[in-house]
Amino acid sequence: MRTSHVKFYQTGTFTVGNRLLSEDDRSVQSTLERTNSLNSGHRACQGCGEALGARYAIDAAMRATDNQLIAANATGCLEVFSTPYPETSWQIPWIHSLFGNTAAVATGVAAALRVKGRNDTRVVAQGGDGGTTDIGFGCLSGMFERNDDVLYICYDNEAYMNTGVQRSSATPPTARTATSPAKGPEPGNVFGQGKNVPMIAMAHEIPYVATASVADVRDLEAKVTRAMSIRGARYIHILVPCPLGWGSEPQHTVRLARLATESGLFPVFEAEHGEITDRRLIRRKVPVEEYLSLQKRFAHLFKPELKMDVIARLQAVADRNIRRFGLMNGGDD
Amino acid sequence: MLKQVEGSRAVAEAVALCRPEVICAYPITPQTHIVENLGEMVKAEHLTGCEFINVESEFAALSVAIGASATGARAYTATASQGLLFMAEAVYNASGLGLPIVMTIGNRAIGAPINIWNDQQDSMSMRDAGWIQLFAETNQEAVDLHIQAVRLAEELSVPVMVCVDGFILTHAYERVDMPTQEQVDAFVPSYEPRQILDPAEPVTIGAMVGPEAFTEVRYLAHYRQMQALWLIPELAEEFEQQFGRASGGLVHPYRSEDAETLVVALGSVNGTIKDVVDQLRDDGVAIGSVSVTSFRPFPAKALRAAIVHAKRIVVIEKSLAVGIGGIVSTDVRMALAGAGRPVHTVVAGLGGRAITQASLREVFVKAHRDLLEYLTFLDLRHDVVHREIERLESQRRSGPVAENILRELGSVADRIG
Amino acid sequence: MFQVRIHGRGGQGVVTAAEMLSVAGFLEGKHTQAFPSFGSERMGAPVMAFCRIDSREIRLREPVMAPDALIIQDTTLLHQVSVFEGLSDSGYVLINSSRSPAVLGLDEFFARHPQIQVLTVPASHLALESVGRPLPNAALLGGFAALTGMIAFESVAAAIDEKFQGRVAAGNIAAARAAYESVVDVKRGAA
Repeated sequence: MRTSHVKFYQTGTFTVGNRLLSEDDRSVQSTLERTNSLNSGHRACQGCGEALGARYAIDAAMRATDNQLIAANATGCLEVFSTPYPETSWQIPWIHSLFGNTAAVATGVAAALRVKGRNDTRVVAQGGDGGTTDIGFGCLSGMFERNDDVLYICYDNEAYMNTGVQRSSATPPTARTATSPAKGPEPGNVFGQGKNVPMIAMAHEIPYVATASVADVRDLEAKVTRAMSIRGARYIHILVPCPLGWGSEPQHTVRLARLATESGLFPVFEAEHGEITDRRLIRRKVPVEEYLSLQKRFAHLFKPELKMDVIARLQAVADRNIRRFGLMNGGDD
Repeated sequence: MLKQVEGSRAVAEAVALCRPEVICAYPITPQTHIVENLGEMVKAEHLTGCEFINVESEFAALSVAIGASATGARAYTATASQGLLFMAEAVYNASGLGLPIVMTIGNRAIGAPINIWNDQQDSMSMRDAGWIQLFAETNQEAVDLHIQAVRLAEELSVPVMVCVDGFILTHAYERVDMPTQEQVDAFVPSYEPRQILDPAEPVTIGAMVGPEAFTEVRYLAHYRQMQALWLIPELAEEFEQQFGRASGGLVHPYRSEDAETLVVALGSVNGTIKDVVDQLRDDGVAIGSVSVTSFRPFPAKALRAAIVHAKRIVVIEKSLAVGIGGIVSTDVRMALAGAGRPVHTVVAGLGGRAITQASLREVFVKAHRDLLEYLTFLDLRHDVVHREIERLESQRRSGPVAENILRELGSVADRIG
Repeated sequence: MFQVRIHGRGGQGVVTAAEMLSVAGFLEGKHTQAFPSFGSERMGAPVMAFCRIDSREIRLREPVMAPDALIIQDTTLLHQVSVFEGLSDSGYVLINSSRSPAVLGLDEFFARHPQIQVLTVPASHLALESVGRPLPNAALLGGFAALTGMIAFESVAAAIDEKFQGRVAAGNIAAARAAYESVVDVKRGAA
């Protein structure tokens, strides 16, 4: 289900009114049949983007599989805040093994389901950016290469939040973390080469790759639903702001996710078999400052003096994304 | 059926007879032939109802097995040496989660210096990981232990390593009595998991556990291994009834009843030890041996019973706890605490050095005369070591030790043994 | 117990030879054990393999230090590796060569050990003729059966047939038979 052609959002908020839609078109979360896979009562922080993303993603996967779903989870915030008794929140069969092996564990689950003839039951693997782009990268690539029947979801909050906000390979340049402090002549994270895991997933030419954000949860649901309609290795990379790690207000989680996409810093797209098939166009392009200035991890770019040269480098990253993924051409707004 | 077959092939056939459902494979010498054989059996459809997955690392191999086992499939993998270390985190995880995976270890040394030959340092490095560890003395026992291991693992919901000396057994052609599918089916029932990932009854496996319950969870892991101390001999007995040969169990004593000197060892070296015991018995020396089949759980009681008359124990071990000496002998000493009998550690066969009858005989005679040190390195080239120590003391930049030693030794291609 | 050590180079089927010999013994109801010298698998490097044959269970796991018979698949090893180390004074030596032991420069050694029976057999040549590849291992086993009498030729042929298939098996058996017969002839001549 695509929602981009239905334009009845409230001006300025992009909030879609579910009540205006026919029941079939309503979001999974708005239905009474939603499964609350990640139930209330867990111990995530206020405004946690990962909890929000996981809830939408897994509920959508549940609906897509008629509730025949198993999840494998990497070590990380999602695992920690959702499992200790009595806050155990998973209403689905769920396994946590290690930090770096989630894709492989999911491969094992899929293999067992296949050999047992339980083809209607599907498996989702999920982890944060650390468990996906760093320590779990080998297993992830192996799962892609074998085209195992696994949907892997990365909840990217751009650092190791569970251990106290340390840099990961998904941390953006200049961002302050505990291991890339805002000290010295070039404060914050380095301008490295970056590590675009969705593009790396595409290089494996797996059947389906998508990026999404918690600013557009209907798009997220649609992508999970699409992913579950396909067999083989699939990858969805979701940007999930983290108030604790980003130094942002809990109420800004969704806004920050939207600013990340509207600035071009986080392109939202879909790809099949290694080729981009669709992208979310930017509706109202915003300068990167609007996104950066809401987060304390970038505070050193603005105080004690404004570092326009550094901000310009970040703007260049966003502009390159816009060019590369065609985020502004052919817009129908 | 009697067969003359390579050890790895025999193990692969035994594993196949146990009807594994998911096999994860990553090559590492000297285990590789086992998974190659199994892969061929699956590809040629001689082994059906089984997924054979070529993974990208040992870490992934055991992780795939973890996922498969948690989803109710009988899962198997095999590794050795560096591979076992590379999967170390998953080794602890599999046992911590209580998943009955069976894994063959083709025992091999651990580097650096890199060495592909046999010793048992790899298994020893994982001795506290919560897996049952069974050591095969012959390829016949390797076959039989795998069949028993599947049953043992699944009854207790504990993973089992079957340790088979690399090359010495894995690459040896010898006769093996291969059981039939009917025999194995009668011994190994289908897998009934204690926990399973199933949408019909959702469970959370691998939740975080805090200080309030962690000790209890760990204690229960220990408890299950203590249960194995009676289940292992029980299964061996049942096995003997059904298959007509004694195999497995906790320990194999040999001419130990009246032995004053008793040799303890794990794995294939016990064959050579028995030959030397026979020779010394012919010379009137009261000596015997005990082959420890189950190293984890450690059969303290069975060992105490086997060495009741011994005045001294000699542990031949193919591993080294750098900084203290023996690994197996530490456990033997603990098992014999208070017995007041000396336990000698003889480190032997490291990195594939041949353990010869002549050297064993010499060390046993010395022990029997109470002339053996507490820690001995069998056939250590003292002159080479001393020269390197002198070099270390005389020069700051003395260079890589391994290279210095090799230069010292010169060409090794012309040596036998 | 009868112990055999086979010397050759990586790629010459040294390990396979030991395995086939063990199978041949097994087919006669004997206990046999074959194993390689456990090196890295590299073409051309000196390689050893061992085989023990006995009427009772073989427990010994040390390499063959004191062989009753040596099979030398590659003459270039004769003066490079201590191939004769530990050889029994009444042992057997079978060398893959079309030349005599004297031409190979071994006269002195065998003069010192008159009880040792030594023979050469052109195994690579025989294999090239009947298999099309100069792999001497199977042919040498035929020669070994004739030289030592430890094993019947039929058992060697059956073991070759178990290891190889179709034309390769048939060719190797033919080469082994030729080697066997040539050794029988030499022994008859010497007797």
